Amino acid sequence: MTDPKIPVTEDELHAYVDNELPAERRGDVEAWLATHPEDAERVQSWRAMAEALHARYDSVANESVPRRLELDRLMQPPRKWVYGAIAASLLAFIAGGGTGWLVHGAAATPSTFQAFTADALDAHRLYVVEVRHPVEVPGSERTHLQQWLTKRCGWDVFAPELGSTGLKLVGGRLLPGPTGPASFLMYESASGERFTVYTAKASTETAQMRYTTQDRNGAKDGALFWADRGVGYVVSGTSDRDRLAQVARLVYDQTEKKGG
Amino acid sequence: MIPALRRYARALARDADIADDLVQDTLVRALRSERLFLGGDVRSWLYTILTNLNKNRRRSLARRPQFMPLLENNPDASGTEAEGRDIARALSTLVEEQRAVLLLVMLEGLSYREVADIQGVPIGTVMSRLARARAHVKASLEGERPALRRVK
Repeated sequence: MTDPKIPVTEDELHAYVDNELPAERRGDVEAWLATHPEDAERVQSWRAMAEALHARYDSVANESVPRRLELDRLMQPPRKWVYGAIAASLLAFIAGGGTGWLVHGAAATPSTFQAFTADALDAHRLYVVEVRHPVEVPGSERTHLQQWLTKRCGWDVFAPELGSTGLKLVGGRLLPGPTGPASFLMYESASGERFTVYTAKASTETAQMRYTTQDRNGAKDGALFWADRGVGYVVSGTSDRDRLAQVARLVYDQTEKKGG
Repeated sequence: MIPALRRYARALARDADIADDLVQDTLVRALRSERLFLGGDVRSWLYTILTNLNKNRRRSLARRPQFMPLLENNPDASGTEAEGRDIARALSTLVEEQRAVLLLVMLEGLSYREVADIQGVPIGTVMSRLARARAHVKASLEGERPALRRVK
C-alpha cells in the first residue's frame, strides 16, 4: 500500500474521523495518512477535540435529571391540550362542512390511517350482518369481556356506555389487527342499527379525528378514526355524519377519562 | 434521551440554567405536538427542536450585551478543568450554526444526514460548517494553551 491513486480530500478526512467514509475508501485514507504527517496531525487533533468535548460535557449526561425535567411533571398540561385538539376537531365535524378536516393528520400519515380504518371497516362489514354469532363474548358479560380483551391486547380495552344514544352493547371479539391483536366491540339500537368500535396498536398519532366513507354492494358505511397514546380507534357505522359523530364523541369522552 | 439532550444543551448554551430551560421547553413542545410528529427518528426530532429554540433565544438576546461567566476565568483550575475551560471557550467563539454542527457530530454522534435534516441544509453545507468549526477550535485551543498541544 503506497500512495492511493486518488488524492484524499479534506472532506474525506473529516468523513474518515466521523465514520462517514465508505468502507472501501478507508484503506486509501489510512495509507494517505501514513505518508502525509500534516494530515495525520490534523486527524489526530480532531480526535483529541472529541475527547476533550466528552471529557468536559459527558458529566452532564451522568447528573441526575432535575425534577422539573421529569416527564411526569411535563405531561399534565399537554394532555389537556391534546384532548382539546381531538375534541375540537370533532366539534368542527359536527358543526358541518368538514373543511380542513383532513388537513393535518391525513397529510402526515395517509397510509396508516387509511389501512387501519380499512381493516376496521372490513371487520365491521363482516360482522354486522351476523344475526346469530356477531360476537364471541356477549355484552351481558361486560366485565369479563373487558378483562379478556385487555389481557389479550395489552392496553386498557374499555366498553363505553352508549345508552344515551340508544345503543346497547351486543358484545365483542378478538381480531387480528395490523400489528397484533385488535379488539372489536359491537353495539346495537332497538331498531337494529349497529355500530362497532375497533381498537388496535397504532404507530401514528393524530391531533384530530378523521372521517371516511366506503361504498360496498350499495351499502354506505362511515368511520371515524383517531389515535391516542399508541392506540388507534375506529368507530364504524352509518354514513350519517351527525349520528356517527354523536356516537364517536361518547366513545372518545369515556375512553379519554378512563385512560391514564 | 433526556441526559443526552441536557449534555447537548449545556455545550450549546454554556450555562446550566439556560441549558435546562432549553431542554424543558423542548420536551414541553415535543409532548404538545407528539400527535403531529411526522414519523422518523424521535432523537433527531428532539435535537431539531432544541437547536431551533436556541437559535430563537440567541436572536432575542442579540440586542443585549453579553456577560461572560466569572467561573470560566478561575485561575486555580486543575489540568483537566483547565482543558474543559479551554474547549468551552473555544466553542463560545464559534458562530451558532458551526457550534451546533460540531456538537451534534462530535459530542452527540449524529450522522451528517441527520444534522443536515436538523439544520434544514444540504449535507455539503454541514460538511463545510464542520470543517470550519474544527479549524477554528483547533486554532483557538493551540493559540491559548500551546503547552497542552498534543504531538504524536
